[in-house]
Amino acid sequence: MTNKISLVVNSIQHSLEAKPNETLSDLLRDRLRLTGTKIGCDEAECGACTVLVDGEPVLACIYPAERADGKTVVTIEGLGEEFTAKHAKNAKENKKNLSDLSGLGGSIALHPLQQAFVEHGAVQCGFCIPGQIMTAYALLERNPNPTRDEVRFALKDTLCRCAGYPTIENSILAAAESLRTGEPVRKPNVPDSIHVHNSVGHTHLRPDGIEKVNGKAIYTDDLVFDNMLFAKVKRAMIPHGFLKRLDISKAKELKGVLAVLTANDIPAERNHGLIIYDWPVMVGVGERVRYVGDAIALVAAETLEIAIQASALIEAEFDLQPVITNPVMARQEGVPQIHEKGNLLKHIKVRKGDMEKGFAESDVILEHTFHTPTYDHAFIEPECSIAVPEVTVTSEVTVTSKMNIYCSTQIPYQDRTQVARVMGWDESRVRVVGQLMGGGFGGKEDVMGQIHAAMLADVTKRPVKLLFDRHESLLVHPKRHATQIRIKIGAKKDGRIMASESELYGDTGAYASLGEKVMTRATTHSAGPYDVPNVRADCYAMYTNNPPAGAFRGFGVTQSAFAVESMIDMLAEKLNIEPVELRRINALHVGSITNTGQELRESVGLMECIDRVSSAMCQVSGLSEGELFKPRVIYETDSYREGAKDTKTLVEEGEKESSRSSRLSGEKDSHLVRAWGFAAAYKNTGLGGGAPDISNAEVELYDNGTFEVRSSSAEMGQGLVTVMRLTVAEEMSVPPEQVKVLVMDTDLTPNGGPTTASRQTFVTGNASRYAAKTLRDAITATLAEKYDVKPEQIRFENGIVHANGHSMTYAEVAKEMKALGQHPRALYEYEAPKTQPLGTGGDMHFAFSFGVQAAEVEVNKLTGEVRVLKVISANDVGMAVNPLGLQGQVEGGVMMGLGNAITEEFLMDNGYVVSDRLARYRIPGIMLTPEITSIIVEHPTAAGPYGAKGVGEICSIPTTPAITNAIYNAVGVRVDKLPVDQESIAREIWEREEK
Amino acid sequence: MTLWQNYLRPKNLSEAMDAFAHAPRPLLPIAGGTDLLLDLEQGRHSPVQTLVDVTSIEEMTRLEIRDDRLFIGAAVPVNRVALDPLTVRHAEALTEACNLIAGPQVRNVATLGGNVAHALPAADGTIALLVLDVQAEVIALPREHRDDVSGASDNERSRSAVTRKIPFKDLFLGPGKSSLNHGEELIVGFYLPLTNYHQASCFQRIMRPQGVALPILNCAVWLERENDLVKDIRIAVGPGGGTPFRATQAEDTLRGASLTESTFESALEGLLAQAKFRTSARRAGADYRRHIVSGLFGETLESAWFRAGEKTTETRRH
Repeated sequence: MTNKISLVVNSIQHSLEAKPNETLSDLLRDRLRLTGTKIGCDEAECGACTVLVDGEPVLACIYPAERADGKTVVTIEGLGEEFTAKHAKNAKENKKNLSDLSGLGGSIALHPLQQAFVEHGAVQCGFCIPGQIMTAYALLERNPNPTRDEVRFALKDTLCRCAGYPTIENSILAAAESLRTGEPVRKPNVPDSIHVHNSVGHTHLRPDGIEKVNGKAIYTDDLVFDNMLFAKVKRAMIPHGFLKRLDISKAKELKGVLAVLTANDIPAERNHGLIIYDWPVMVGVGERVRYVGDAIALVAAETLEIAIQASALIEAEFDLQPVITNPVMARQEGVPQIHEKGNLLKHIKVRKGDMEKGFAESDVILEHTFHTPTYDHAFIEPECSIAVPEVTVTSEVTVTSKMNIYCSTQIPYQDRTQVARVMGWDESRVRVVGQLMGGGFGGKEDVMGQIHAAMLADVTKRPVKLLFDRHESLLVHPKRHATQIRIKIGAKKDGRIMASESELYGDTGAYASLGEKVMTRATTHSAGPYDVPNVRADCYAMYTNNPPAGAFRGFGVTQSAFAVESMIDMLAEKLNIEPVELRRINALHVGSITNTGQELRESVGLMECIDRVSSAMCQVSGLSEGELFKPRVIYETDSYREGAKDTKTLVEEGEKESSRSSRLSGEKDSHLVRAWGFAAAYKNTGLGGGAPDISNAEVELYDNGTFEVRSSSAEMGQGLVTVMRLTVAEEMSVPPEQVKVLVMDTDLTPNGGPTTASRQTFVTGNASRYAAKTLRDAITATLAEKYDVKPEQIRFENGIVHANGHSMTYAEVAKEMKALGQHPRALYEYEAPKTQPLGTGGDMHFAFSFGVQAAEVEVNKLTGEVRVLKVISANDVGMAVNPLGLQGQVEGGVMMGLGNAITEEFLMDNGYVVSDRLARYRIPGIMLTPEITSIIVEHPTAAGPYGAKGVGEICSIPTTPAITNAIYNAVGVRVDKLPVDQESIAREIWEREEK
Repeated sequence: MTLWQNYLRPKNLSEAMDAFAHAPRPLLPIAGGTDLLLDLEQGRHSPVQTLVDVTSIEEMTRLEIRDDRLFIGAAVPVNRVALDPLTVRHAEALTEACNLIAGPQVRNVATLGGNVAHALPAADGTIALLVLDVQAEVIALPREHRDDVSGASDNERSRSAVTRKIPFKDLFLGPGKSSLNHGEELIVGFYLPLTNYHQASCFQRIMRPQGVALPILNCAVWLERENDLVKDIRIAVGPGGGTPFRATQAEDTLRGASLTESTFESALEGLLAQAKFRTSARRAGADYRRHIVSGLFGETLESAWFRAGEKTTETRRH
């Protein structure tokens, strides 16, 4: 009883046989190869798969394909064509408007929405963008002139983890205006750097922007290879125990199954890991399972369905062990030891000055303990690896001569090393080809499916795709460490902090990942960005039976900043000093010595951040400094709740409308209270701690006069490719469009090191810059010799090289050099200034970024509900190389910080994962986006490219304490456990009032 | 894992009943499928042989006035329910609830029938319908026709299918337990009384931004106002019990009374005495629900009261 599905997709009629079990997204992606429709969650939560069916936006992942019979479907791929066909006479005009987008992809038909998304910087990793644009398109078709609120309502459940919500909103409004008026899409208003050069410091568009808005962008899961198999990993699904019995016989017998592998099939090294190799590739019989995500078997089959079925047929029995659920428990005596060396991964110590003296000199001493939960990165693109073997056949054996691994990764060379170790191969036999990444945020540093896919591909000699679904992604990959942080702080009456003592417990879960480094950063930053003479910090990074914890934007500092910045506000209250003033008194400045004994010699923009956020608060709110941190009662004139149809109008006390005197609540106070909160932070740029911090980049001049810059560093949406392009354009004096960028390929790009620690603008920016300089010097030397002039007489201007009256294009230069037997190509290995290990004094880091944020919240005293209304974020980034990309980082950082404070919590129950679906892990949507004001502070650092230092993390760190401090200022409830729990707030208020 | 083998799209109720009678079982009707497909995919529901898609059944996708009632087909997408001028006029609480269900993409396919069939005691659509004095129309396959091998024609079969109207609350047996036998019975639609000028309704809810996607508390109020008196009133709060909860004690207190702070307080007392608020893990404690219901109930009641008042004024002006 097979049915036919007849449907029109992007103006093309299709007639297809119906298949059992098929959704519209399967049909579009697998059968029509329209891979612009993305699968982020496959559970109707994220909105990335939005397409239009008969003009209405629907989620293709949950739309049965057969229901589309007789209907008309528009996907992201059809949008530009649709628009051009509809507005044929405007099309030319439209193309003309795109002149400054040209060079990015030739002649392209783009809908104004697509154009606006690129120009306004709404595109970062790009994975959610098709869903955003399709949802917005449906809105504009229905409502050509939407308000901001209407835009938000329409995009309510279309999630973006880069969280460019403000720019998404602006893009949609700009496109709507363009559509109404026929005028070109209005440009965004993004200020240039104050240290602007020719290319760097100006707004330029992303090199990958257009393909990310027209559906052509290829992410790993979009790739298809001939004869490709599908893999499924059988996971232990118990938090702690020994694997007693494993029976794969039924799975092996299933038709369509090509391979079932167990720990016995691991060719060489049995463990993987980033620094410490403690993570088993698979757990074998008799071995210990340490968390639910441990792999016990691998399946490769002709289809994913068969692979899943086979995995379900694998039988496993475990000898269950008591579960270590938190790091404090892990350190107790007599508890089971999860690893051979015990449960302690690392005891980290920071020592400075004399604590006894410091507390003795203090007039006030406060002590408090804070808790932060586990968090997930929730990048919208789940992990995917495809291993494609190159096979050599001899008369005796068939061998894999090379394994190509396509994946989404932050550290391609590390993946290569780890795969090669496990396979027992030379590294040259493995090639890792990083694809476009749908977000990383630290969560794609560890190897996930790469090794497993390679093992299966080696055995089957066929390409193998291993795609995690959202469930597996949430269960398996390393998270942000849950922490317990106790801080004791002492200060003099005048506000000077004399001593800071902290004790931290970090939950690094089952395996080390980057746990030691993350918790080191949490520890060294646990006294805040302050000049404190006496510091003692002890951190216990502990193994538990929870999913591993590793890198996550903020790298430990997110947690300790919450604790210490709450503490600073508590201290301010105790000392009766304004919170801003207390921070000014203690702020790090040039000449300060950090906790780890490092003298800050330059580039400390903290005070400027404090001052500018402080005055911006007054400006934005119209309040005087004294009123900012005091509660203000707000009277609502209509329902403020989400979804209320009428526009909300709120009046503050004094402007209260008399007509509302008939409220049932009578003349009682309104429940709504607002206040501002303030927080500061700092974060190192680069690896630090004595680790050599190296990046390589290569620049090549092609015959046609264009350049290519190459490095294996990862582009995960943050905009590194734009930075590399601008840097080379700057050094070669060419328009940025003349520079192509190639990243993340271990055979074609030199090692840029890990994309972590806010380091890439600094190290790969420098590597690109110096590679370009080296190439320029080579050109200079060649031309100087040829034209017999001094090198300083060779000038590079506007894409032309001038030598003693001769003017040459770069195409001519390339020809010239080749004629002389020189290849116009330069490789540069950049090593950042040396750093020292913790505990040895000296420079632990080569640069620090500083950030200050203020948040205005509204708390409902009855229900405890919290809304974040406004956030001001100032970041000292040294120099704004790429102002549009920087804006995306800052706004996204605020949203991620807001999620950290308000919406997110990775729930676990005795080692089992409760947050195993996106529906049970809430990342902020557009409805929660506050009004964000970004202030860029630029105190250059000498070694940075044009003065730049990192920004990726600092912009996300102070958000949470700014919000929780604001909550305290509004209703007097100190949030010391994240996320903010409205029930606890309400309970504390009612219990206080009952007294 | 094959979650379904056959996907049928009947065009009318008769074809649907035919599918129910003859298609391979296990069989389930599917409307928007935004919950059902996830239940199948995530293993909360075992795979089925047949899904019967009811979204093309004309009768079930109508939204229209029939005599003195508003008919809303069970397969009308909630977005249409939220925006249709007829519901905006006659079922404000329902439009407000429908506007809050999930996001726009889900609302474009999710249906009221599906919302109700899942029998959750706090589903937004359910709580709103509960105060709107709704009757549900249900079509059922006669038992003897389930394994019909008599070769009767489609027409004969459709004639033998039985349609009945039942009070809305009778659809619910317990949390997640519908009184309907899915696969043998089907909600065709809902009949709502038309709203007069002095009648109004309102729906509001309180969410938690973390964790599971269910409201902590929601509330719907319908009332008829006669000058400064509450002539008639219906109040629902979810979750206030295992099945959708009507606060009848509070209704009795307010019916015939004027709306003052003191009548409100005694109504609230009645509500708190009658409702069975539970502590649900990771969502809300029972005491928290008891604490915040006063504000939610107050605001919802107040909005309905003002709306009814505004409508009265409008009537007088005309």
